Amino acid sequence: MENLIALLIAAPLLGAAVLLVGGRRLDAVGHWIGTLLSTTSFVFGVILFADLLGRNADDRTLMQHLFTWVPVAGFQADVTFRLDQLSMTFVLLITGVGSLIHLYSVGYMEHDERRRRFFGYLNLFLAAMLLLVLADNYLLLYVGWEGVGLASYLLIGFWQHKPSAATAAKKAFIVNRVGDMGLSIAIMLMFTTFGTFAFGPVLSHATDASEGRLTAIGLMLLLAACGKSAQVPLQSWLGDAMEGPTPVSALIHAATMVTAGVYLIVRSGAVFNAAPDAQLVVTVVGAVTLLFGAIVGCAKDDIKKALAGSTMSQIGYMVLAAGLGPIGYVFAIMHLVTHGFFKAGLFLGAGSVMHGMNDEVDMRRYGGLRKYMPVTFVTFGLGYLAIIGFPGLSGFFSKDKIIEAAFAKGGTEGWILGTCALLGAAITAFYMTRVMLMTFFGEERWRNQPTRSPEAPSAEPAAEHRGEHAEPHPHESPKVMTIPMIALAIGSVFAGGFFSIGDRFLHWLEPITGHSEGDSPLSAGAVTGATMVCLVIGVGIAYLQYGRRPVPAVAPRGSLLTRAARRDLLQDDFNHVVLVRGGEHLTRSLVYVDHTLVDGVVNGTAAGFGGLSGRLRRLQNGYARSYAVSMFGGAALLVAATLLMRAV
Amino acid sequence: MSAAAVHSLWTTAAEPISKIDAPKIEYGQLSPTLIVIGAAIVGVLVEAFVPRKSRYYAQVFVSAVALCAAFAAVVALAAGGYGTTKAHIAAMGAIAVDGPSLFLQGTILLAGLVGLFTFAERRLDPAAHGNRVDSFAAQAASVPGSDSEQAAVKAGFTTTEVFPLLLFAISGMLVFPSANDLLTLFVALEVFSLPLYLMCALARRKRLMSQEAAVKYFLLGAFASAFTLFGIAMLYGYAGSVSYATIAQVVDGTVTNVDPALANTMGNDALLLIGAAMVVMGLLFKVGAVPFHMWTPDVYQGAPTPVTGFMAAATKVAAFGALLRLLYVVLPGMRWDWRPVMWGVAIITMLGGAIVAITQTDIKRLLAYSSIAHAGFILAGVIATSKDGVSSVLFYLAAYSFVTIGAFAVVTLVRDAGGEATHLSKWAGLGRRSPLVAAVFAVFLLAFAGIPLTSGFAGKFAVFKAAAEGGAVPLVVIGVISSAIAAFFYIRVIVLMFFSEPSPEGPTVAVPSPLTMAAIGLGVAVTLVLGVAPQYFLNLASQAGVFVR
Repeated sequence: MENLIALLIAAPLLGAAVLLVGGRRLDAVGHWIGTLLSTTSFVFGVILFADLLGRNADDRTLMQHLFTWVPVAGFQADVTFRLDQLSMTFVLLITGVGSLIHLYSVGYMEHDERRRRFFGYLNLFLAAMLLLVLADNYLLLYVGWEGVGLASYLLIGFWQHKPSAATAAKKAFIVNRVGDMGLSIAIMLMFTTFGTFAFGPVLSHATDASEGRLTAIGLMLLLAACGKSAQVPLQSWLGDAMEGPTPVSALIHAATMVTAGVYLIVRSGAVFNAAPDAQLVVTVVGAVTLLFGAIVGCAKDDIKKALAGSTMSQIGYMVLAAGLGPIGYVFAIMHLVTHGFFKAGLFLGAGSVMHGMNDEVDMRRYGGLRKYMPVTFVTFGLGYLAIIGFPGLSGFFSKDKIIEAAFAKGGTEGWILGTCALLGAAITAFYMTRVMLMTFFGEERWRNQPTRSPEAPSAEPAAEHRGEHAEPHPHESPKVMTIPMIALAIGSVFAGGFFSIGDRFLHWLEPITGHSEGDSPLSAGAVTGATMVCLVIGVGIAYLQYGRRPVPAVAPRGSLLTRAARRDLLQDDFNHVVLVRGGEHLTRSLVYVDHTLVDGVVNGTAAGFGGLSGRLRRLQNGYARSYAVSMFGGAALLVAATLLMRAV
Repeated sequence: MSAAAVHSLWTTAAEPISKIDAPKIEYGQLSPTLIVIGAAIVGVLVEAFVPRKSRYYAQVFVSAVALCAAFAAVVALAAGGYGTTKAHIAAMGAIAVDGPSLFLQGTILLAGLVGLFTFAERRLDPAAHGNRVDSFAAQAASVPGSDSEQAAVKAGFTTTEVFPLLLFAISGMLVFPSANDLLTLFVALEVFSLPLYLMCALARRKRLMSQEAAVKYFLLGAFASAFTLFGIAMLYGYAGSVSYATIAQVVDGTVTNVDPALANTMGNDALLLIGAAMVVMGLLFKVGAVPFHMWTPDVYQGAPTPVTGFMAAATKVAAFGALLRLLYVVLPGMRWDWRPVMWGVAIITMLGGAIVAITQTDIKRLLAYSSIAHAGFILAGVIATSKDGVSSVLFYLAAYSFVTIGAFAVVTLVRDAGGEATHLSKWAGLGRRSPLVAAVFAVFLLAFAGIPLTSGFAGKFAVFKAAAEGGAVPLVVIGVISSAIAAFFYIRVIVLMFFSEPSPEGPTVAVPSPLTMAAIGLGVAVTLVLGVAPQYFLNLASQAGVFVR
């Protein structure tokens, strides 16, 4: 059974190779090849899952050693895969949601002449992501980590003819690089501390190392997670990443890749458990990001960017939970899975809306679409209810648990973190209701459009070409797109309940992550009640603002906070002023030093030798008599020196 | 004086004659030299008796066969163990047959063969009145610019005498590093010097410059020879013998029987020190070490380029061989006296050659100064006074000689209306016009500069390593600094060739015959092989690194 693990990765890898090498001959069938191989991988995953379920809870770790990658004395890197409950969860999420999104893309990318290449990249992403979660050591994980980064770069910039897409891809790549540095430093620290970077030895001996070391490793891992999972302060790339095709946003930038940071923290739980300071930083990062993303999500008029802010915020929840230690690990992963369902579903719904609206993304030009896109409306609506935590749906169970866990952290920290999480729930309810109302309810603002306001976001210039003057004719998307949406909606509705009833998910994951109840100052019922109150407040405010009043087609100026939030809370301005300007100043001063000091020394030396050369060369005057004198003098010196050596 | 007294004088004088033994000559062991001398004499006969039209072919044939045969003889001797276990002193103590001798003789013969290829090149100069001509004057005796010169050109004369001259020079060079007494050393010196003086005067183009170079070389060479000879006389006065082994014994103080005729001078250290310094000076002149280097740029520039290439390579090999033997066999007992002096010479040679080369504008002069700097690097290996020092110098010489001949062969290809275009400005943009030629020259320059994967790096590394292990770390530091300075002007030529705009009336690159191609190709091949996989040849040099005493 172990031998199936490599096939999980091999199937999409084969797909990527075939599609990317195969060339135009495969244009007609490429998308189906990609979808088939993705589904194959999912089937392997299901088989393995069934096998794991048939085993004892303590015996659910399968290892497959493929070959020794770097055999150097004292530095051993193996290509070994580890399939346990944690990676199994991810495998099912990645291949399951991945296959659905492959299917959806068949319809969504139908008119794109580079569809084959798109599927090749998607398969490449799946292979890299599976490698990331199946690796048995940090170095191999790093390979997958970089692989998903590459796939993300390629897919964000898939429409590279648009300068905005090319820039966004580059931005994502560069920001991720900062995080990747963290991961590589963490791996180096592990090697110097433990002499290895395999999960087994590192995690079982984590407590042997000094706490300072572990804190350093933990913070470096957190930096890596911040980069990949768009957490403050490395969050700036995610909003721009929405330049990629919508299925990419759904799969990579909502359901799977961006959650890799959470995986990394949960996988390295043993390190964090022994480094409370690092854990505290993790929770702070999570709490800040969940509010940051939520506030950004409130102000965006671009439906995908609003959802991107939401993604950031939801991953903030997961990171917060992961930072809580054994109290929160299981719930971080559970929220990750349910989020994978409903956020992917929301993105697919958004894609479906765009598909029917000439690729328009500005929600101020939507409105009243529920009549024209009933399936999209229902599935999107279920995803909406799930994410705001409507009782009984997936988000309700998973988010509620995180809020409870935050309070259970205890002490002042627990109160602060819990309050942040509650506040986040209210804001989530607000901005998601806003999206819902602006898109599917209200008047049909897409009719008789005025000329486009300069302020309005125009993330998709293609829309300007195609839909500037033509009034859109909203219509439901084809079956190949709606079926995945329906499937994900089912997951959004039932997954949370399925996981929580009887603590199924807890029992499944506990052997790997461990679990503790913590000591909550509030009862579970009180927390749930407070969450419900927050939910109602959030929905209510949104309804008052966007349901009762007409939505202006041109965004009002708004308050200072709104304007800041529209600019992603000034993150790019901050980066520009501090990092870009600072970097420019640094390079400029380095260039100055290089020109004056370094070149000065070099050129001075060169000029010195050149001058010496010019002077010496005059001795070579062409007269044999001078040469003879020189020889005579030389001979005399030689003799004198020899005699002198004897004398001294 | 009475008749009886006369008779008695006759009879007493006659008696010892019967005691003189016939000299015992090991012809087999001397065969490399003998073959080349024999071929040179045959060459003279060819000049006398073979019709003018066939002379060129006969000469090239005789020379090539002789050099190949001599090389085969060297290889056979080395295979027979004469380089290691059977090494001994032949010809009544005059010639040493040992590892360094055979290695250097092999190197000189190969360099001579490659040199012969460039000598025999007849496609580069435009045909004069339908006759293919080489780089040498139509008739050396005609005054430049005179009617007789034009007549000689018109008649299609060529100076085929260069081939026997080349062979004579090679024969002297073969003896030079293996000479085991001071007189043989001196005779060998003159035997190879005189043909070189002559050949320097034989350029077909720029004949006045060529003749000036020859005269300068001759005058200064004679001057240096006089020093050498005087030094030899002093060493004889010191030791009562010209034999290396005997002098070494006297230096060590192990000799017992004092020659009564020299009782006043024997063992006088002043004679030893002055004599040794003067003999060494003669050798330093030949290798072109500062301050005895001043002939080098003028002669290298004026001489016909094939001669320059041959001379730069083979003379250096022979002279360094002789210097090594002198310092390692004759004077090891006084190394505390000569080592500091040689330190000084090496330092000013390395720095002087490299620094003055920076401002050169003529490619041949540039290469001349480069050869001076290289003489300094090799001296660093000589100073090591260890077995590694010897073998590193042997390796360096072998590597250097092929690069040098190859580089000068490339110089013969780049021509304009006035013959070879040696001014550097003419080489601008050569890489665009003739990428292959420029690339080959770049390989040679990189080897000169000592860039890894070329033979220059392996050689320099070996020499500096030996010097550092011999305790001469400061010397190595200065050597590396000089290499850095030298790298500047080598790379500058590469930059000039590849990154400058070609001038509109730039030179053309002539297409040579297979002879020059072979010389250049061999140079590139050896440069790369010795650079990429030097170990076999380092081992060979290491095996050959022991002098017989």
